Amino acid sequence: MTRVRQLRGDQRAGWVIGGAVVLAFALMPLFRAPLDGFTGDAILALAYVVMALGLNLVVGFAGLLDLGYVAFYALGLMATGWWASDFYSGVKDQKGIHIGASNFADKLPGIHLNFLILIVGAIVICAIAGIIIGLPTLRLRGDYIAIVTLAFGEIISRVFANGDSLEIFHNDAISNGRQSISPIDQINLPIFGELDSATSLRPYYWCVLALCLVVLFVNFRLRDSRLGRAWIALREDEVAAASMGVPLVKTKLLSYAAGGAFGGISGCFLGPFFASVNANQFMFGVSIFILGMVILGGLGSIWGVLLGAILLSFVNSWLIPDVLDGEWMQGKLSSLGLNFQFSEVEFGVFGFILLLMMVLRPEGLIPERRHQLELTEMTPGELEEPGQLHATYEARA
Amino acid sequence: MSANGALLKTDHVTKAFGGLVAVEDVSFEITPRSIVSIIGPNGAGKTTFFNMLTGLYKPTLGKIEFAGHNVTGTRPDIITRLGVARTFQNIRLFSSMTATENVMVGQHARMRAGLFGSILRPPAVRREEVEVRDKALEMLAYVGLARDQFERLATNLSYGDQRRVEIARALASDPALLLLDEPTAGMNPQESARLTDFMEQLRSERDLTILLIEHDMKVVMEVSERITVLDHGTKIAEGQPEEIRANDRVIEAYLGKRESGQA
Repeated sequence: MTRVRQLRGDQRAGWVIGGAVVLAFALMPLFRAPLDGFTGDAILALAYVVMALGLNLVVGFAGLLDLGYVAFYALGLMATGWWASDFYSGVKDQKGIHIGASNFADKLPGIHLNFLILIVGAIVICAIAGIIIGLPTLRLRGDYIAIVTLAFGEIISRVFANGDSLEIFHNDAISNGRQSISPIDQINLPIFGELDSATSLRPYYWCVLALCLVVLFVNFRLRDSRLGRAWIALREDEVAAASMGVPLVKTKLLSYAAGGAFGGISGCFLGPFFASVNANQFMFGVSIFILGMVILGGLGSIWGVLLGAILLSFVNSWLIPDVLDGEWMQGKLSSLGLNFQFSEVEFGVFGFILLLMMVLRPEGLIPERRHQLELTEMTPGELEEPGQLHATYEARA
Repeated sequence: MSANGALLKTDHVTKAFGGLVAVEDVSFEITPRSIVSIIGPNGAGKTTFFNMLTGLYKPTLGKIEFAGHNVTGTRPDIITRLGVARTFQNIRLFSSMTATENVMVGQHARMRAGLFGSILRPPAVRREEVEVRDKALEMLAYVGLARDQFERLATNLSYGDQRRVEIARALASDPALLLLDEPTAGMNPQESARLTDFMEQLRSERDLTILLIEHDMKVVMEVSERITVLDHGTKIAEGQPEEIRANDRVIEAYLGKRESGQA
């Protein structure tokens, strides 16, 4: 019983700490110049948090290793290319379609939708894509799922990379191929109006912070629900889960759909932030980068994944270009006779970080409560019963 | 319920894995509120038979009927919803979930919350969560798990407690038929005796029909009303405990032929 009370106490403390952290995060850009580079890095980090939390639903909760997560990010980005730029400039005799667009975008040709509609559109597309990728993997396990999802990610990115010659109705291509679709409309919200990243990054920062909070909320709600338990049951033992009345197909597809939707949300935000969409953004490396965040933070642990995403994102946008490739470090390297840029071997750096973590803290930076209990609850006295040993062995195997 | 009053009925059920016939032409019936055992030497096809009843395997031939529904090759979650629950020979709890959570998963088929319900958590879902948790605690108490074990992870429970949680998890889905796959495996005689009593109690208090696979003959003879004996995938005998005890083919299956002198 003390264990229960302790856990409840932990939970309450978690809320207080969480509230303080959110406040600190919200106030951060006010202490920085409006166009400060750090704010830009933070925006990117939070967008990665959204993606990592989405992938965590699939990999961390439901235990389905997804190596093609970039597909959902790509679809989210493409949605902004299709529906918030002058890419389809021919629609309605060059007059364009405008729904809730800003005063500026209202006069442009092409399709221009309000950001909220865009997000809903991206969620719908990605949820459907999630179901499509889910279907062929339903009968597969482990490594095989990884391979199929990897292929899916590659297919989507290749289709968009060559989309300029893939014409659909009106002889319009589905993408601009290797060239960018640019500019993407600035984010336009009801009440707040158009966010202008040319004068200040703060509104973008608050926007992505709000998205993060929504996604976090959804994650916590799902974790402690019928569906979340079903996902974890599925991860632990598929046969037993099915025998307890968990419909495998539906439950797996829901995890792909929900996880994919988060990727779409993130892409949908980053399109306007980058102001351009191009095939170089959908590299296979993105899938691995985000999976790395989930693993670094702790598979299945919401706070852990949040931390992992922020850390790895800053390694990418600050540590490597500003520190490792900074003057001091480069000077040291050349005095050793070495002459290379760390940005050329960034995946080596990520790999090294993951390796360190595997040695020092294999369960992740902030492990899931379950794994934590599993590791800390085990005292030598409990190992005396033979059944106990057996069960432990099985859980680890 | 089918015309003749059987709760579960299998009709010439066969399961072949490639060339290996694991279960062959087994017909068999269970009447409501009975306790029935399936026995047989190792590899006789008992667990395969169980897996067909619960939908994990699809029979190659034959028909399975439960409570008037044709459940041949039906998905396991639907069979569970119809009222069949099971335990496993090698305990299959969700090891990183607490005992309570395990039993909550057992109620999955009886819950309604979907994706949006889970996220938005309207009052109906909130209420359902509370009820499900309460029922889980009640079930755990019913199977005799000590209170201080409720919130421990399944993997950290003692072997006996894991067996208890598994039965609680199965009971949580409100089954009409409970399938127990070697429930006394790894138990000492006192524990086995307690489980025997518990099965009787389940039947009288919860209106359950129980089908068990068991190796412990003392338990089998004591608790079962009818026994079905499988050997090499086929049914070689069926009847009341006394009949089975005296049946030559059963003795032969367990001990070998008298003439050849092999044991």
